[in-house]
Amino acid sequence: MTLPDDVELVAVTKRYGAAIAVEDVSLRIPRGTYCCLLGPSGCGKTSTLRMIAGHEIATEGDVIVAGENVTTLPPARRGTAMMFQSYALFPHLSCLDNVAFSLKMKGVDKTERRARAGEFLALVQMEKYAERLPAQLSGGQQQRVALARALITRPKVLLLDEPLSALDPFLRGRMREELKRLQRELGISFIHVTHGQDEAMALSDLAVVMNNGRIEQAAPPREVFERPSSAFVARFIGGHNVLPDGGSTIAVRTDRCRLGEPGNGPHLPGRVSAVEYQGALVRVALTGADGEEAVALLPDETFFARPVAIGDAATLVWSPADVHHLQAA
Amino acid sequence: MNAGRAGGRRARIGIASYLQVAPLTAVFALFLVVPILTLIVVSFFDYDSVQVIPAFVLTNYHDVLSSETTWRTYLSTFRFALVVWAITLLIGFWVAYYLAFFVRSKTLQTLLFLLCTIPFWTSNIIRMISWVPFLGRNGLLNRALLGMGLIHQPLEFLLFSDFAVVLVFVHLLTLFMVTPIFNTMMRIDRRLIEAATDAGARFWQVLFNVIIPLSKPGIAIGSIFVVTLVMGDFITVRLMSGGQSASVGLMIQSEISLLQYPAAAANAVVLLAVVLLMVGAILRVVDIRKEL
Repeated sequence: MTLPDDVELVAVTKRYGAAIAVEDVSLRIPRGTYCCLLGPSGCGKTSTLRMIAGHEIATEGDVIVAGENVTTLPPARRGTAMMFQSYALFPHLSCLDNVAFSLKMKGVDKTERRARAGEFLALVQMEKYAERLPAQLSGGQQQRVALARALITRPKVLLLDEPLSALDPFLRGRMREELKRLQRELGISFIHVTHGQDEAMALSDLAVVMNNGRIEQAAPPREVFERPSSAFVARFIGGHNVLPDGGSTIAVRTDRCRLGEPGNGPHLPGRVSAVEYQGALVRVALTGADGEEAVALLPDETFFARPVAIGDAATLVWSPADVHHLQAA
Repeated sequence: MNAGRAGGRRARIGIASYLQVAPLTAVFALFLVVPILTLIVVSFFDYDSVQVIPAFVLTNYHDVLSSETTWRTYLSTFRFALVVWAITLLIGFWVAYYLAFFVRSKTLQTLLFLLCTIPFWTSNIIRMISWVPFLGRNGLLNRALLGMGLIHQPLEFLLFSDFAVVLVFVHLLTLFMVTPIFNTMMRIDRRLIEAATDAGARFWQVLFNVIIPLSKPGIAIGSIFVVTLVMGDFITVRLMSGGQSASVGLMIQSEISLLQYPAAAANAVVLLAVVLLMVGAILRVVDIRKEL
C-alpha cells in the first residue's frame, strides 16, 4: 500500500484577468520531501505556493494535500502553514503571543497555549526571547519565531516564501542548515520558493524549475544539474555552457571544459574576455567568433600551469562524453 | 586645543539650530503662548457691569467652580462629546476599513477618499444651516414621511433638539475620524492579515486581534480631534438646539456678550485644563508617537 503524496497539483492554472501567472502545472510531492520551487521573478513560483496555501484560489485544476482535495478550502483547513516573506510577525504581540496566535484563534486557554508556544520557541532556540516584540529582534531571530508560529499548527506541509532572502549571506548559510535539519526531524514536506539556484541545490530533494508560469523541469537537483531538460534550465541552474551544435543546442558543464588545442574533439575558438580568481578555481570567460559566451572553470593548478590573460586567443575544448543534448527550446 | 576646536564647532552648530527653529518658535509664541498667557492673566481680573478692572482676584474661578450651572453644562457637553465620539468612531472606522481593505484599486481609493472630503468644500455654518429645511417641522423629511402616510403628525424632535445637535456634529466631524484611521490602516502590512488567516483567524478574529490593535494610534488621533472639537464648540449647539441645550463654549460666549471678560477667561482656562486632561488620558491609553 502506498501513502498519498503530501501535495499533488493537477493541471493547475492561475489567471489574473487576461494575464496567466501559472499555466497547466502538474506536480507530485511525495511524503517528507524538501521541495524547492525555483525560477526568475515572475515565473509563477510564488503564485503556485500561494495556491497550495490557499491565499489564492486556482482558476483551473486541483490542489490535493495528503490525499484531500483542498482547492477551495480556506488556508487554515488545508493542513498547510505558511512562512511569509519578511516573516509578517504581528508587531504588537510578543514572540510568545505570535507563536500562540493560532491556538488563541482556536480558543485554547491562555496557560496552555503559552506553554505550548514556549515549546515551539524552544524548538527554534528562541525561548529566551519569549517576551520581546518582533521589532526588538534581528532578522534571523524573527525568522525563527515565524518558523515556530507556522509549525505550531502541526502542518503536514510547510510553505516557505523566499525565507532566506532577507538575511545576510553568513546567516543564510546557517539558516539553510537549520531548515534542512528541522525538515528531516519533523518528517513533513517543506515547499520552499527561491530564486537562488545554490539554495535549491543545497536543500532540495526535489527541485522544480519554473519559467513563464510553467514547470521546465522537476527532478532531484543532481539530475537537474547533470541533465538539464532545456537551455533555460541549463542557463538558470548555472555551471553550464549552452552552445549551438549544428542545428541543435548542447550544454556542457563549465567545470568539464578546458583550454587547449583544437584537436579532433569538440571545441570553441575565441578570445578571453574575463579571468576571475576564485581560490580553488579560476573562472575564464571566452567570447567565441560568433559572439557566443562560454566559461571554463579551471582548477587553480591547471590555470596557473598555462595562464591566459584578457584578450588572448584561446580555444575551449571538452570531451564528447560531457556533451548533453538539449531539447529544442 | 583640540577640545577647544570641537567645543567651538559644537557652539556654531548650536547657534545654527537655534536660528532654524526660531521662525516656528516666534509663530507659536505670538499666536499660541501670548494669547493663552493673556487669557490666564485676564482670568484673575475683576469686573463690574461696565468695566474690567486689572487686579488679582480668585472670584472668577470661585464663581465658575461653585456654580451649579457650570457642572450641569459640563455634564451636557461631556454627554455630547461621548455620544458624538462613539458614533463618529463607529462610522469612521468602517469607512476607513472599507477604503483601506476593501477597495483594491489605488485610483478608486483616492477618488472615494476625495469624495469624503467634499462636504469640507463649504463652510461649517452653511453645512449646519442646510439641515434646517430638511429637518424642520415643514421640512423635506417630515413632508415625505407624511406624504407616504408613515406618520400623521410632523416629528418635532428632528430639529432644534439634542438629536439635531448630535446629527450635525457627526456630519461635521466624521471625516476627522476617517482620515487618521485610514492612514494607520494603510500602513498595516497586508501579509499580517494573510498570516492571521493562515493561523485560522476568522473575519472578526482578524479584526479584533490584528486590525484594531494596529489601528489604535489612528483611532486615538481621530478621538482627540472629535473630542476637542465638540468640547470647544458653541455655534453648533446654539444653532441646532435652538438655544435649548447648553455647552461650555456657549456659556463662555454668553459671558463675552455680557462683557464679563474675566469670567469668560476663567471659564476658558478651566475648559482648556479639562480638554488637556482628556487628551492626556487618551495619550496614556494609546502610544501615538510612531504616527507623528
